[in-house]
Amino acid sequence: MRNSPGGLPGAFFARDRDQHPPAYAPGYKTSVTRSPTKPLIALDNTLSEMTGPVFGHDRLGPLDDDLILNFAKPGELPVGPRIVVHGRVLDENARPVPGALVEVWQANAGGRYRHRKESYLAPLDPNFGGCGRCITDEEGWYRFRTIQPGAYPWPNGPNDWRPAHIHFSVFGHGFAQRLITQMYFEGDPMIWKCPIVRTIADPAAVERLIAPLDWANTIPMDARAYRFDIVLRGRRSTLFENRLEGN
Amino acid sequence: MRLPDQLKETPSQTAGPYVHIGCFPRMCGIEVYEHEIGADMVSDATRGERIEIRGTVYDGTGAPLRDALIEIWQADAEGRHPGRGDPRGLADPAFTGFGRSAGDPDTGEFVFQTIKPGRVPFKDGKPMAPHITFWIAARGINIGLHTRMYFPDEEAANAEDPVLGRIELKSRIPTLIARPEAPGVYRFDIRLQGEGETVFFDI
Ligand SMILES: [Fe+3]
Repeated sequence: MRNSPGGLPGAFFARDRDQHPPAYAPGYKTSVTRSPTKPLIALDNTLSEMTGPVFGHDRLGPLDDDLILNFAKPGELPVGPRIVVHGRVLDENARPVPGALVEVWQANAGGRYRHRKESYLAPLDPNFGGCGRCITDEEGWYRFRTIQPGAYPWPNGPNDWRPAHIHFSVFGHGFAQRLITQMYFEGDPMIWKCPIVRTIADPAAVERLIAPLDWANTIPMDARAYRFDIVLRGRRSTLFENRLEGN
Repeated sequence: MRLPDQLKETPSQTAGPYVHIGCFPRMCGIEVYEHEIGADMVSDATRGERIEIRGTVYDGTGAPLRDALIEIWQADAEGRHPGRGDPRGLADPAFTGFGRSAGDPDTGEFVFQTIKPGRVPFKDGKPMAPHITFWIAARGINIGLHTRMYFPDEEAANAEDPVLGRIELKSRIPTLIARPEAPGVYRFDIRLQGEGETVFFDI
């Protein structure tokens, strides 16, 4: 992967932590006992952080990116609004990130997850599993077909609900680029009430997690489309100030 | 250098309690994927000393996390990274370098079957001590946590390791050093907060 004039990847830009939630965000109660209390130790990237695994297309099956079909019984379909979720994975330099692994998981149309710890009274959908994955193409594009998930209540405050969302796990080119996030849907009034959304201080940062309805890519008589672009950390253009010894 | 018109990184959000559906669907009885990513790091052809790493992530009350995602990334036995970005040439093709574990649903214990990594150069070219990079995501963790595991039987290398050397409070260094549990088996427990809080890095 040639990212710099020498063909060598550079270190990633320092993470702008103002774009992210703090570890300790008491409105989200579980973070209280799961947040480190001591400062993170700053570490300039070494090869251990700059490098990362490659995920080959050979590991993926033909329906891995199709949540409408990948768990459905033959001849049956899951219940709920059919949607396409697509977008580009870019880095902070606005360059596409090809070969990124994008994994998603979500509740069904009623807001119910297929998980043994889930106790919400909304029913499982026998034709919906709730997982998908794909690898971005040369221009950084990814695409899933799925069912729009429902909102669901969760134990935090006395009456907290999650807005409809899709969980995203993204693996770019270096271990330091690793990111897990959630995508929300344009126009949902519940987004701004959610304690997990509100762990992010900057409303402009929250806006970047809200996928707009992508009317141009709606499939007539079939599925609406939502567009969600993802930005991973960018790299400096040189590997090290000094050459590696012995190389 | 960072340009003024750069894009901003997408904000992190917690993985939530159901990360297994996305990353280990088989654990939830969801038989969709033929291959689960990060499940097998080594094969019979992999070069190097076989090791097992076991550990548990604990919260500030001392309770184990039963819903965490733990990922590791490491060099091969010669200290070269498989995959992408290592300028020093090809690593062992029979080693992935990447492992992923959900931990046991009842105890929270994670297990990795891997090999002991070789030494990787620091940015000045001097070798770092053998280490494995960890990344932890879970419900209640708003942005994934990076740490490193070092080896207890590498005292000399650990003593000159430039990353361990960055840790001013020397009493915290042992939080990054695994404990020997049996021949070839290391225990690396991670404490998110409180007594013995693991050192986490801003990388
Ligand atoms: Fe969720």
